[in-house]
Amino acid sequence: MPIIEATGLARTFKARKKEVHAVRGVDLAVEEGEIVGFLGPNGAGKTTTLRMLTTLLRPTAGTAVIAGADLLRDPVGVRRRIGFVPQAIGQTMGGTDNQAKVIEELHDQAALYHIGKAEGAQRAELLLNQLDLAGLDDRLVKTLSGGQRRRLEIALGLVHEPPVVFLDEPTTGLDPQSRSNLWDHIRKLRSDLGTTVFLTTHYLEEADALCDRVIIIDHGVTVATGTPDELKRQVSGDVVTLQVSGPVADARALLAQQPIVRDATVSDGELRLTVDRGEESLPALLRVFDGAGLAIRSISLSRPTLDDVFLTLTGRSLRDDSPSSARNGDDHDPAPAATASSAASKELAPDVFLH
Amino acid sequence: MSFFTDTLIIFRRHARLLQREPAYLVFALLQPLLFLCLFGPLLTRLPAGTLGGSTTGDAWRFFVPGLLIQLGLFGSTFVGFAIISDWRAGIIERFRVTPVTRLAILSGRVLRDVITLVIQAVLLVLVGVAFGLRAPVAAVFVSLGFIVLVAIGLASVSYSVALLLKSEDAFAPLVNTVVVPLMLLSGIMLPMSLGPGWLQGIARISPFRYIIDAMREAYAGHYWNSIMAEGVAVAIGLAVVCLFLGSRVFLKENA
Repeated sequence: MPIIEATGLARTFKARKKEVHAVRGVDLAVEEGEIVGFLGPNGAGKTTTLRMLTTLLRPTAGTAVIAGADLLRDPVGVRRRIGFVPQAIGQTMGGTDNQAKVIEELHDQAALYHIGKAEGAQRAELLLNQLDLAGLDDRLVKTLSGGQRRRLEIALGLVHEPPVVFLDEPTTGLDPQSRSNLWDHIRKLRSDLGTTVFLTTHYLEEADALCDRVIIIDHGVTVATGTPDELKRQVSGDVVTLQVSGPVADARALLAQQPIVRDATVSDGELRLTVDRGEESLPALLRVFDGAGLAIRSISLSRPTLDDVFLTLTGRSLRDDSPSSARNGDDHDPAPAATASSAASKELAPDVFLH
Repeated sequence: MSFFTDTLIIFRRHARLLQREPAYLVFALLQPLLFLCLFGPLLTRLPAGTLGGSTTGDAWRFFVPGLLIQLGLFGSTFVGFAIISDWRAGIIERFRVTPVTRLAILSGRVLRDVITLVIQAVLLVLVGVAFGLRAPVAAVFVSLGFIVLVAIGLASVSYSVALLLKSEDAFAPLVNTVVVPLMLLSGIMLPMSLGPGWLQGIARISPFRYIIDAMREAYAGHYWNSIMAEGVAVAIGLAVVCLFLGSRVFLKENA
């Protein structure tokens, strides 16, 4: 049985007498122990869905069962079983008080879950170690670095050892190093504690690197779900780019006849082949060249990125990719940022992330 | 019961955070202290009987209850600012996702504010005594009781309105627009009975007017009369209504 299961979850807001359907009907299922990324363009209903699943917003329709507790009938039960780490950037921040000490935040959080003093102290200690915060007990929150503060916020979401944790944009605003460091911590959550992780992100490489599965939401409905690889495969095949010594047009004509080649085009003197499974097609392609006596000067394989998936499914690109611009315009001008990021993400997403 | 445990958890957190900024305690006390030291002595020179009574001691028995209400009015209505910054820091949502009773997010804070205000009120009374206030100890306790009720009511409303507005820029002018007329109509500086009929009529709408009158009765040694009964009824009514409205905001499913 899925640990998170939502059916027809919807939320309508009334704004100036007009009804706004922020979320129209979200169906999703997350299995125990999964790390699932929830992606969507700006305004797609990501945050609203997350707020409904974490009992901050009551759905106007639909239902969900989280870790065995019914969202509508037993919201307190849901709260007991989930951890929530709010977005740290935007209208509201990640939930820590500048003037509080690190250890006080952990102890208070444990108390809010009615965990006894001794046990709370023990868990706080454990979490400080697990999240590389050891020795910072007596530091005021305002003196922490961005990455430390974020790890503290995640620690707060884990004090009661929840089976499910919701992370809203966990790495937004962090520098690349802190981000990959945080990814390690999130992976460890699953491997060490078996925690199910449901996270929203707008970093495609984050979804690629971290998530077992991705759920894409657009216009308030879930439009696709699958592993990053599955989704990429759905969209379009891999692209093999070749430079041949000899007439490129002949090579194109020859390869276009091969059943594994879906499409063959020539651009800038290069031969571009679209194939279904790049790594399996390469040897076959090479044999074809050998048989025809054509020499290859260079060959490269590139695979579609999640952004291509996005573009195909939603007609929009995920708006943003650079931490610096994510810091400011959270809800503003998605268009220019999206154009820039689409190009950037293709360049930035190296093959390493694809496995 | 979990409501009380939760209230204490929230109370302890905010009390601890307040201790870290002790300047705030003094700051809230500064204004009434200045009035006590720099304005109070003027009242002692008024012709006997103006403030009811006939000695200079009567001036202090008149003025100190007024200052206590002023302290409560300003101290408790401004607490809302803190919850706006807490909301912005994500702390309110962090609490709302835990199983803690959502009402405790309000009651824990209000408890902190009530205790803060009682400490400030005691200090103010002590300074008053140094200046010449002579009042029965029982009367001081009665006035502290009133202050507690006023603080419960005003702090609850302040937090709720602030949490609904979520903006200091909207909250600040609103507070000033409400508090200053309420203060003026309560007869803090001079008895409302000095005013013309129309002003006395308007002053009837200020609940604090009844509370101040009752406190002054107590300071004059009268505990059992209709003025006291009115004051007690108004103070309890105010606290209950405000706490009820506040709890509706904090218990809302979506805030």
